[in-house]
Amino acid sequence: MKLAERIQDALMHAVVELDEPVLDLIQRAYAQEERKPAQAVLDAILKNLELAKETSLPMCQDTGLLLVFADVGRTCPLSLASIEASIMEGCETAVQQAYFRRSIVDEPVFDRTNTQNNLPPVIWWNLVEGSGLKIQILLKGFGSENCSSVRMLNPTGGKEAVVEAVRQIVQKAGGKPCPPIFVGVGLGGTMDRAAYLSKRALLRDVREANSDERYAALEQEILAAIQTLGIGSGGLGGSITALHVAIEQESTHIAGLPLAVSINCWADRKATIMWKEGEDA
Amino acid sequence: MHELNLPLTAEDIAGLSAYDQVLLTGTLYVGRDQVHSLLYERLLHNESLPVDLVGQAMYYMGPSPAPEGKVIGACGPTTSARMDRFSPLLLDHGLKVMIGKGPRSQDVVDAIKRNKAVYLQAFGGCGALYASTVKSSRIIAFEHLGPEALLLLEVVKFPAIVAIDSRQGSVFAY
Repeated sequence: MKLAERIQDALMHAVVELDEPVLDLIQRAYAQEERKPAQAVLDAILKNLELAKETSLPMCQDTGLLLVFADVGRTCPLSLASIEASIMEGCETAVQQAYFRRSIVDEPVFDRTNTQNNLPPVIWWNLVEGSGLKIQILLKGFGSENCSSVRMLNPTGGKEAVVEAVRQIVQKAGGKPCPPIFVGVGLGGTMDRAAYLSKRALLRDVREANSDERYAALEQEILAAIQTLGIGSGGLGGSITALHVAIEQESTHIAGLPLAVSINCWADRKATIMWKEGEDA
Repeated sequence: MHELNLPLTAEDIAGLSAYDQVLLTGTLYVGRDQVHSLLYERLLHNESLPVDLVGQAMYYMGPSPAPEGKVIGACGPTTSARMDRFSPLLLDHGLKVMIGKGPRSQDVVDAIKRNKAVYLQAFGGCGALYASTVKSSRIIAFEHLGPEALLLLEVVKFPAIVAIDSRQGSVFAY
């Protein structure tokens, strides 16, 4: 199958059905949550997911801005131009065939004219080892994106400052981002790089922790701090506000500790396409 | 569970308390950011509105396109806080029911009490679930706004939770 078709298929699936590990976290939250109103929200979410699957309608009307991460092997035989063309074609066809909402406007301030095709996507290019290609696409809803934030922390603040900053950002978001939420935390780099890392954190498989034990423990500490906020599903109060916290960290300057938090709603929709040398392109 | 017909009567609204679950049947208007901005501007300049809001319900939503043979696409609520700037004036002009998701500003809470109105929270992100409750959808105004146009929906057993009642009772007390 051509790369563009694989991208299209993955997107059409992602807009209707959640990945199994994500669904599993929602089901576990439903089993654990004791507050009735929050239970009603989780029950509605699970019913909604069944209905989406039955009817092939998008699970959420905000089918999101398409945020594409292309990890290209240094010896990948495909040209960046051909990869880009496949991404554009795959996105365009999926938007039409799976009835994505046209949610993109051409400029942010004045006329905000709708582009009518939900394009362009935002594409991030990244070089990695090997000859393959990995494309991951977040269908990024904006109710949650509006709650995302960046902070430039003091370099001596340590993990306490990190936990407190994330806690504050999630508290301010309250019920707005459709909790239970997924939280991506970017640490290090520069202001913009931390924001990028926070999105990469959202891409990680929710069954996996950070490969550095210290950061894996920090993920758990942040998750526990968020749960004490009591925001709960739908913001109606409850013991489960977040389903997962992932951190991505990188080197940074002696004077800084950039922190970014990207919040994703329960509809944590991701499409992943792996391409190997020798496959159709 | 309160099964109610739209438009809600004054008695219906007075009988609702925060956390009550409701199932709504009848007609409601749909408008989000741009519709609110446009209605607000017209009210400020004493211009007429394309709809009579008195006693009506407004659902904050922008649907995905309707597949062939379907009435509407996914159609869950959007975040209400973005409408906070505009809602008090709309309430003062007769709007009685707002349906969206997430907390509201103190100004909105005050306007709800002043006008004996109610704010309902729909289940966020549940676009396919809400599509199953919509029997018809018609564009009323601002068609050029595409997914943000002002619509009139006919719904049956549309589920929601009372988030802010007419006596300032609220689910957002955390």
